[in-house]
Amino acid sequence: MMAHLPKRSPVVQGTAPPYRALRGNPLSDAEFRTGVLTTAWTPTLEYAWDAGEAISEFLDGLRQGKILGVRCRRCGRVVTPPRAFCELDFKPMDEWVELASTGTVNTFSICYVTWDMKPLRRPQLPAVIEIDGTNPRGGFLHLVGGVPGRSVEEIRRRVRVGMRVQAVWKPRAQRDGAITDIRYFAPVASGRSR
Amino acid sequence: MSLMKRKPTRRVAVIGAGLSLFMRRALETGKELSYYAASQALETCGVRLKDIGAVVMATAPDAFDGVHMKGEWLLDGAGATRKPYLRAYVGGGSGVFSIISGWMMVASGLFDLVLVVAEEKMSSCQPHPQGAFLTIFDQIIERPLGPNLLWIFSLEQHRYMATYGIRNDDIARVSVKNKHNAIAHPAAQVATEITVKDVLASEVVAWPVHRLMVSPVSDGAAAIVLASEKVASRFTDKPVWVQGVGWCLDTSYWGNRDLAYPRYVEKAAKMAYEMAGITEPRKQIHVVEPYDPFAYKELHHLEGLQLADRGKAPEDLAHGRFERTGELPSCPSGGLMGVGNPIAAAGLMKVCELFWQLRGEAGARQVPGAPERGVAQAWGDLMQVGTVAVLGLQ
Repeated sequence: MMAHLPKRSPVVQGTAPPYRALRGNPLSDAEFRTGVLTTAWTPTLEYAWDAGEAISEFLDGLRQGKILGVRCRRCGRVVTPPRAFCELDFKPMDEWVELASTGTVNTFSICYVTWDMKPLRRPQLPAVIEIDGTNPRGGFLHLVGGVPGRSVEEIRRRVRVGMRVQAVWKPRAQRDGAITDIRYFAPVASGRSR
Repeated sequence: MSLMKRKPTRRVAVIGAGLSLFMRRALETGKELSYYAASQALETCGVRLKDIGAVVMATAPDAFDGVHMKGEWLLDGAGATRKPYLRAYVGGGSGVFSIISGWMMVASGLFDLVLVVAEEKMSSCQPHPQGAFLTIFDQIIERPLGPNLLWIFSLEQHRYMATYGIRNDDIARVSVKNKHNAIAHPAAQVATEITVKDVLASEVVAWPVHRLMVSPVSDGAAAIVLASEKVASRFTDKPVWVQGVGWCLDTSYWGNRDLAYPRYVEKAAKMAYEMAGITEPRKQIHVVEPYDPFAYKELHHLEGLQLADRGKAPEDLAHGRFERTGELPSCPSGGLMGVGNPIAAAGLMKVCELFWQLRGEAGARQVPGAPERGVAQAWGDLMQVGTVAVLGLQ
């Protein structure tokens, strides 16, 4: 197989370390695509994940249109996503807390590509949402939605760090106990009282 | 409060270093790349493989290669056949974690000579190695949202910018500096002269991240040889000492964390500095190789390493402080943004760079002023690990 490749001379650089020929044969795209040098395999694996004690309850809350958190009385924190034990005090969490369906945008991004770098016409707006009622304020990854526009400028005019948002739920009948029961977080209309 | 029970007393030196080319796609297998770097590291210091007591290997997710337990598969290329062998693995932090792991083996007195090898072959994963990263997200509450790896970087960069009022052209300067520095690096994959304007004109992949703020997909390997004090003097009169090591991981609940500041890097750095006797990092550290897989990460990490005030690293960069000829040269190698990012190998490449810089052998890449102490740092897992090594001449 290697005989098919053109002989390359190794890169030699006398002016910088490691001062010796560095070995390696870079392949061009064309060489790679011809396929002579590769074999391919597509894994077929399936997993069935148990959600666990805490997240099962959280997902059940989402089905009912509630965002749940947990409180540790020792450190005083109220956190979401819920967890069965406090990772700092290393003891069981003390109680469930129903949080608000509102929050603040901690940070967001305007993503124009898929994971395999294909362009997206309509960008995704991933965000970290600090959920009201948490202490210290924190939350989870979700999406911002209900925002018109596609360009960076259009979106940034409407979405900002520190902006108030509220969960937009799927209709009750369509919820299936998943993080996607919240379709996205939409900006709270300005001037509206909270 | 001290971060250590007691300071280790047995000194450990780096005595040799080697690299392969860094490439978008190599003909070579991971084993072959590992062999290139490992054999070069041995040759440069005259150590024979049979004298090596143990081998540490760093390589990131198995999913890149589609080979489960790839550490075991690669070990022949790392020279580990029939030897005590350890795979050191903390995601992107693995490259610097590998020298920490090798240091533990020598400092403990278990071994006198340890070979440390780091390898990555990302190109096998089709259609794009980002696919391998999709499984780092929580399978129940994150993956249904359709995340990709760019999300976490763009979210963190934006939080960093919003917290301190940093502009995107301040971040773009990192790409300009590192791609320029890499021109003098023979292993470099993406060295080039560009301007801030070029970076901001490159397409937005996930705002605020532009394409030229992202390190490339790479294949490559790096290696070093570690020796105890007694044995080091047999092979070299220019040992570079591992003065301190530190590492730390933060919670996996990353939505509960302060994304503007890497506290876990601070903790890792403080552990390493304490071991090295560093009380004033900005005066006592002369060259630094912080982890730069995305442009903003270098700045983020310089702050975590206590080498810039919080939110002020971009300003320092704009004033030239981190240029190769600046007050504190940062990524004189060209870093991941310029040399390339074969994940684990990129971290150990930074250690190799300090080895050459401190010995005054860095040639076209040499920072001025005869540096006596340097710091290498890497980062990874789910934005939660900091790994730090302090190297010096004393």
